[in-house]
Amino acid sequence: MLNEKTHVANGAKQMTREMTGAKMVVQALKDQGVDTVFGYPGGAVLPIYDEIFLQNDIRHILVRHEQGAVHAAEGYARSTGKPGVVLVTSGPGATNAVTGLTDALLDSIPIVVLTGQVPTFMIGSDAFQEADTVGITRPCTKHNWLVKDTDRLAATIHEGFHVATSGRPGPVLIDIPKDVQFATGTYTGPKAITSHYQPRLKGDMEEITELVAAIEKAKRPVFYTGGGVINSGPGASQLLRELVDATGFPITSTLMGLGAYPASGKHWLGMLGMHGLYEANMAMHDCDLMINIGARFDDRITGRIDAFSPKSKKAHIDIDPSSINKVIRVDIPIVGDVGHVLEDILKIWKSRGRKTNAEAVAKWNAQIDEWRKVKCLTYKPSEKTIKPQYALERLEALTKGRDRYICTEVGQHQMWAAQFLGFEDPNRWMTSGGLGTMGYGFPASIGVQMAHPEALVINVAGEASWLMNMQEMGTAIQYRLPVKQFILNNERLGMVRQWQELLHGERYSQSWSEALPDFVKLAEAFGAKGILCKDPADLDDAIMEMLEYDGPVIFDCLVEKHENCFPMIPSGKAHNEMLLGDAETQGVIQAGGAVLV
Amino acid sequence: MSALHLKKGSTSHSAYNLRPTFSDVAERHTIAVLVENEPGVLARVIGLFSGRGYNIESLTVAEVDHTGHLSRITIVTTGTPQVIEQIKAQLGRIVSVRDVHDLTVEGRAVERELAMLKVVGAGDKRVEALRLADIFRANVVDSTLNSFVFEITGAPEKIDAFADLMRPLGLAEIARTGVAALLRGD
Repeated sequence: MLNEKTHVANGAKQMTREMTGAKMVVQALKDQGVDTVFGYPGGAVLPIYDEIFLQNDIRHILVRHEQGAVHAAEGYARSTGKPGVVLVTSGPGATNAVTGLTDALLDSIPIVVLTGQVPTFMIGSDAFQEADTVGITRPCTKHNWLVKDTDRLAATIHEGFHVATSGRPGPVLIDIPKDVQFATGTYTGPKAITSHYQPRLKGDMEEITELVAAIEKAKRPVFYTGGGVINSGPGASQLLRELVDATGFPITSTLMGLGAYPASGKHWLGMLGMHGLYEANMAMHDCDLMINIGARFDDRITGRIDAFSPKSKKAHIDIDPSSINKVIRVDIPIVGDVGHVLEDILKIWKSRGRKTNAEAVAKWNAQIDEWRKVKCLTYKPSEKTIKPQYALERLEALTKGRDRYICTEVGQHQMWAAQFLGFEDPNRWMTSGGLGTMGYGFPASIGVQMAHPEALVINVAGEASWLMNMQEMGTAIQYRLPVKQFILNNERLGMVRQWQELLHGERYSQSWSEALPDFVKLAEAFGAKGILCKDPADLDDAIMEMLEYDGPVIFDCLVEKHENCFPMIPSGKAHNEMLLGDAETQGVIQAGGAVLV
Repeated sequence: MSALHLKKGSTSHSAYNLRPTFSDVAERHTIAVLVENEPGVLARVIGLFSGRGYNIESLTVAEVDHTGHLSRITIVTTGTPQVIEQIKAQLGRIVSVRDVHDLTVEGRAVERELAMLKVVGAGDKRVEALRLADIFRANVVDSTLNSFVFEITGAPEKIDAFADLMRPLGLAEIARTGVAALLRGD
């Protein structure tokens, strides 16, 4: 138990009321400003559902599977910057939430999951729908609690919101036994809570000054930004733009960080990493100053570690000290919140006279322009079949400038979406980066649409990923959420197929989608609109039809079946050893690289 | 925390040793972790070590501040400097961890372990065991006509040495607590 004294300090007078645990849950959510909860009822949460029935402030969205609830909450959180909230029952309700929790942990998404539990006196007896929820979810949450005392319930929920949203955000879980929900206790308001968990936000000024000095001298600098910029809030993206535009340094981003700097920006290199752009990866390899802002040197980014950007001085800004020096040794480590640190960098850099080595940087930008000329995203167009890249180019052209949010599933389509769609603002791009969860995008799009009822929400999907959580079609219909499911259907597990081609002698083991449903009929069966498109000549009209329909749409876009996703850094290779097209792919991955994923 | 006479640790502020020299040689470190004594906190710490593939040579835990509900976990671990830094950083991000101290880095530490050894034998061996126990300042805490239980406190190496000597003399069973450690000086 946490220290009572510090926890309830001076809160005795403020907002203390006697109420049942179930009522406390709803009251605590209201006091945290929660307007939407994604959930699924069951025996161990019935008292809470009863309280939800009796009020109108919080909207409950009934999903069709608990995994969908967590992904929807992630979509809600990522598109709003507010924590997403989930309510599920004990046992299978909780275990079904595990994939979503792990997904949110790896992508640092703030969500609060409330689970019912069997009554305290039955815990440990293998009761019906009993699972050791805190035990199971300990490694896949930022923190979790089992509340055994109704008097502690409200304080624990408030602490949960604080932990989920402070420092490096992440998922938390609060397990609430049924007798704790029924019992009466004293409610504690959010202001009465003082938590010991207070991650520091300001970076060390000496390190920041050293980084500024490096910025002033750098000849071949590059900004390498990640999801930390998004998580730090819109202000951080604004500061990043100011810094990039003032210095004139090129900027690339991870999959997680797209939108922090606008894709239309002058200094934008595109995404980096395994399927990143040639110019971005070459700039990373050849730079002399790498400024990592809120990214974590993930293996999708670094490629072969001993050949990773060998000539550069590396600075790393991260709110989580464990991210620093975990994979790549850095020269200038700065622990702090991206927004705070960027503010200090700008302040110091300006006060020292806004210096850069402009001449060298201009030369460097000229070199980068040479790399851009490679036009690494070029693909072979076709008049007969729809190329997936073409489909995304048209989707981009026809939706550009709209109030648009994009979700994706996981696989080739996800990488193509990252390559071919342009993100101008943060919080507009929801994709499962760290865990790579197929089935993420559809429920995420539901969460996004809930938060932004008037916006255009598109889930770029592959047919195999999409089928993994297709039951959420019912949710979309029930709440009249006009989410557009843009399925690039190649009847294959495209990325698996691509790896089997490159690595496993073109033996396509289990990587095709047999017995697919008729997606148009499927849509109609749910009461949605289905659109089938297989001819490139019809594509624009079909996309417009999708956009104009006021309701959920399943867009079955039949695309080229054997298209590979390029550029690609093969496993075990360095950034400057990218593959740009099919001709180069034979025998490129050696035994050492083959064991990597 | 002040009651424990711990200096404010490097890990509660900026100065994780973020500029380590990255050697490949494994080192042995003793790490003291101050945690909130709540259910499952030990599982969080142990789960971190097993989940990320770190070694635990020994681990001791007990509540040290009853009013503040704080427990102190002393972990002896081995790893390259990079791994040790990661262990400390990962420990530091557990929400119920209040403070992390690398006693091996922060100064000279006193390390002590308690062990009990049952030695079964008769005649010369029994006499020799008792004589060696005296040299090692081990106490006899239980005795029968053909067995002793010795209690010994000391650095782990001393207990290793004592156990090695007792082995040919009839060492039947040994129980060790693992290391508890404090920094020397103030």
